[in-house]
Amino acid sequence: MSAAKNRHNTEDYLQMYRQMVRIRAFEDSANQLYLSARMPGLTHMYSGQEAVAVGICEALTDEDRITSTHRGHGHCVAKGADFKAMFCELLGKAEGYCRGKGGSMHIADQSHGNLGANAIVGGSMGIATGAALSAKRLGREFVTVCFFGDGATAQGLWYEVMNMAALWQLPVIYACENNGYSEYTRTEEIAAGSLIARAQAFGIEAFQVDGQDVLAVNELTQQLVGRCRTGEGPFFIELDTYRYHGHHVGDINRDYYRSRDEEAEWKKVRDPITNFGKWLIDQKIMSADELVAIDEEITSDAQAAVQYALDAPYPDGNEVDMHVFSGVDHALEYPGGAHR
Amino acid sequence: MTREITLSKAVNEAIAEEMRRDASVILLGEDVAEAGTPFKVLSGLVEEFGTDRIIDTPISEPGFMGIAVGAAMTGLRPVVDLMFGDFLYLVMDQLCNQAAKTHYMSGGKLTAPLVLRTNMGATRRSAAQHSQSLQALVAHIPGLKVAMPSSAYEAKGLLKTAIRDDNPVVIFEDKLMYQDKAPVPEEEYLIPFGKAHIKREGRDVTLVATSSMVQVAEEAAEALAGDGISAEVIDPRTIVPLDEQTILNSVRKTSRAIVIDEGHQSYGVTAEIAARIGEKAFYHLDAPVIRMGAMDVPVPFSPALEDLTVPNAAGVAENARRICRGELIHAA
Repeated sequence: MSAAKNRHNTEDYLQMYRQMVRIRAFEDSANQLYLSARMPGLTHMYSGQEAVAVGICEALTDEDRITSTHRGHGHCVAKGADFKAMFCELLGKAEGYCRGKGGSMHIADQSHGNLGANAIVGGSMGIATGAALSAKRLGREFVTVCFFGDGATAQGLWYEVMNMAALWQLPVIYACENNGYSEYTRTEEIAAGSLIARAQAFGIEAFQVDGQDVLAVNELTQQLVGRCRTGEGPFFIELDTYRYHGHHVGDINRDYYRSRDEEAEWKKVRDPITNFGKWLIDQKIMSADELVAIDEEITSDAQAAVQYALDAPYPDGNEVDMHVFSGVDHALEYPGGAHR
Repeated sequence: MTREITLSKAVNEAIAEEMRRDASVILLGEDVAEAGTPFKVLSGLVEEFGTDRIIDTPISEPGFMGIAVGAAMTGLRPVVDLMFGDFLYLVMDQLCNQAAKTHYMSGGKLTAPLVLRTNMGATRRSAAQHSQSLQALVAHIPGLKVAMPSSAYEAKGLLKTAIRDDNPVVIFEDKLMYQDKAPVPEEEYLIPFGKAHIKREGRDVTLVATSSMVQVAEEAAEALAGDGISAEVIDPRTIVPLDEQTILNSVRKTSRAIVIDEGHQSYGVTAEIAARIGEKAFYHLDAPVIRMGAMDVPVPFSPALEDLTVPNAAGVAENARRICRGELIHAA
């Protein structure tokens, strides 16, 4: 990592540290909820990839949009979401961001510009590009970041929308989090050639960055967001990163596709939070004790939010047919909708 | 003032009026600008609204459908032109997994106000991949509204309503009717969704027909009148929402019903409406409800074969005569 620029960045650095720790704490709690059978369904852990979501989202404003993925808790936290409403959503409670209708795979704090986590791999690439079309057409300055994984680069939709984004010079940044695995398969088995070359083939400026280095990610994103605001775009970033858990929380015995040694090595040498923490201490921005205090405060916040969500009420049954159509309170009472 | 205009012109007017009224309305699809689509439905729009709002796309249906969903979620009101209804299969994920579910999955926080304009209808000698009527596919998906205009008048009024709706709407135009003329008011009008139109009143049998099949039902009703059978013709105009009440009221009066739609018969629109009549008006019925959809075969090219696959007026009239005589058409 490069040297600290100056003291006025201290708040930014701390915010990045805190946000990464918040994601890790959220995921540790979510994993515990799954392991103790208190969470319905499954979830996909973001742990290990924190520097990507935080480095990018700290370069964005609330007006800027993101689209997220099935591995979306990190994006949601980084874009400004609150723990309580997130845990409520994870547990299907009424106070969840989506009133319990989305769950882990569709979690989003819409008021901070998150257009939704998407459970179709690559499914939001069109949505992100369309948001960028809105910005351009409506003369607004917001930028859209489309998060997706290396597995999603195998979807044809990406090539269709990159083509249009390049033709129409849309302010969208395609951010590919390459964590080395496409579900249960090594990425080199599913991706021929180079990913950045694929974007470059459309005349799109493409970058590769260490996705474990939050400052490098943030600096690059700030530049690209600035260029998007002055009418440039689209851009592509490939972020090299690593997921600590399996494809989802239930993917525990994964020796057949990934070794424990490899996992241990990434955690020991390339953990984004540990390394950034060391850097903050080296640069004398924070002391080790101060960082521990931050970690403890956030862990305690997460625990309190989990308890809050466990105690929170489920939605009333009469909400089941609400929000099917905008402007229609209950879809079953809509003409011809009586499928009881 | 009312004048006669083609269905094509009616669609064009609806889009132009809504684009003048609301700057957030854009239109995108293949060959929509200077070409005005292969059916020339959109001719002249790019001259008035420019290429920023009438947007030619590459031949990338999932891509531009997805872009429309994202644009709709962030302040625009896209009208997507899908050149043939058969291409629905290409956009199903973006339409059914994304647009249809956005409002629900976000707990009501996000909306996707977009219109997917496409077409349906066989007998144009276009073979199996340019002739399908796939309204049942999308009517099956909660979160999508589905409109089926039966003339220029409906095409204009329903499309204007669709563009103003805050939900994704799929509107199917019968590609064989683009040059058909009908009286259309000069003044602005909207046609509400979920309100069926009783095209013709009758006492003996109810003919529920959608889009292209409304003409077929009217022709059958005319023939039946000559035989002393009084047929009521109902055009639901939208199949989601469906004006069940108007259909049930009619069947309670006539005691007999035939449901006609150009989609494949099995698991189709006719099956759904017939089932509802069976469930909700069973004790008013004097005969089984008859479904008449397209034959369950891919649409063949040869005119000698293709014409056999879609319901026609003679077939509707014959079925009506038989159920009015108390004959069983599909005996066990």
